[in-house]
Amino acid sequence: MGQTISIAAVYQALESVMDPEIPVLSVLDLGMITDVSIDQTADVVHIRMIPTFAACPAVSYIQNNIKTTVEKELGIAVTVEIDKQVHWESNRITPAAKEKLKNFGIAPPQVVEGEMKAEIMLHTPCPHCSSEYTYLRSPFGSTLCRAIHFCKSCGQVFEQFKPLE
Amino acid sequence: MTNHAALTDLIIKMADDELILGHRNSEWTGLGPVMEEDIAFSSMAQDKIGHAWALYRTLHEDLGGEDPDRFAFMRPEKAFKCAHLTEMPNGEYDFSLMRHFLFDHAETVRYESLQESSFEPFRLLSKKVKGELKYHTLHANAWIMQLSTAGEESYIRMQAALNHSIALAAGVFEPSAEHEATLIADKVYPGEAVLYQRWLDRIYPVLVKASLNMPDISAITPVYGGRQGFHTEYLQPLLTEMGEVFNLDTEARW
Repeated sequence: MGQTISIAAVYQALESVMDPEIPVLSVLDLGMITDVSIDQTADVVHIRMIPTFAACPAVSYIQNNIKTTVEKELGIAVTVEIDKQVHWESNRITPAAKEKLKNFGIAPPQVVEGEMKAEIMLHTPCPHCSSEYTYLRSPFGSTLCRAIHFCKSCGQVFEQFKPLE
Repeated sequence: MTNHAALTDLIIKMADDELILGHRNSEWTGLGPVMEEDIAFSSMAQDKIGHAWALYRTLHEDLGGEDPDRFAFMRPEKAFKCAHLTEMPNGEYDFSLMRHFLFDHAETVRYESLQESSFEPFRLLSKKVKGELKYHTLHANAWIMQLSTAGEESYIRMQAALNHSIALAAGVFEPSAEHEATLIADKVYPGEAVLYQRWLDRIYPVLVKASLNMPDISAITPVYGGRQGFHTEYLQPLLTEMGEVFNLDTEARW
């Protein structure tokens, strides 16, 4: 058996596993990791994760990225399973990650309180000029998790990471 | 323990609707009337095929069914249980949009009801799907209202699309003669009649806002048959096209 690996070390390694569609956010920033456990006797790390949207085409790609990155950094076998018990919602995105999203040019999702209402998307501040003089152009964008808005102040089309309950 | 055959029957119907309409929606890719609509129908296609996949996987993992890909692409037409509404060709944008509006509200009431299902995989899946469907119905409602108030030709076409689609859409709620009572008694779901009523309550206010006239619902004959494996002439060509690549080499690894 090799050296003892801590849970904290696994989380640290996970910080470098980025979302392929939003390369400034890690799987931890997005709240995609639901559990990490270490089987010290068998020398295996078990990681559980959840997809953001059910039909997200990047899931198996991310799953594999997690496995290879953590295996390489910690030199231990890793299994990555989809957690069916936990449900992803946009409130799982950390506040720091929302700031990173905005700086990347994507408006972060609003905080969802209780039942998600469509009106929540009607006032989405522009990530470029911060104006609230914007409108929802389409709830569907370049990926399943994004919507398209238009800013009447700066005249730019911008994308938003959609709120999801 | 819930009746295995009854559950399997229900899951196949739901999944086949999603798969077939998903493929119809994907036919708008590159052809939408404006770019945003092209993207919207493509995204909804992706969502629907994702929901179908989740259901086929439930069948495979929890009820001992076949591998999801093989099940989706290798069945004969008769084994499909999708409603006729989903297999119709896209037609003009007015029909596709009306179908999307009617179907996605039907799907929403169905998944909402499954949050209280006695079948755990339904409870877990319904929460996820329900949240995503909010965007589908938001999109559908917005366009139904915009196009119905956009001028005379537009209004006439939307009303005609509604008149044409309503009996097909009512066919989504075709109950199973064999399994319906079991599914209700086992609290898997509240049954098609209840969902049908909830669906009417859901679409009616939007149609009123759009100034569209709801056809006399008591006078229509719902288009049944799809749930029993009887299909229109449009399904087989779609299945052939859908499975064309998969069936070139069914053992290939992707």
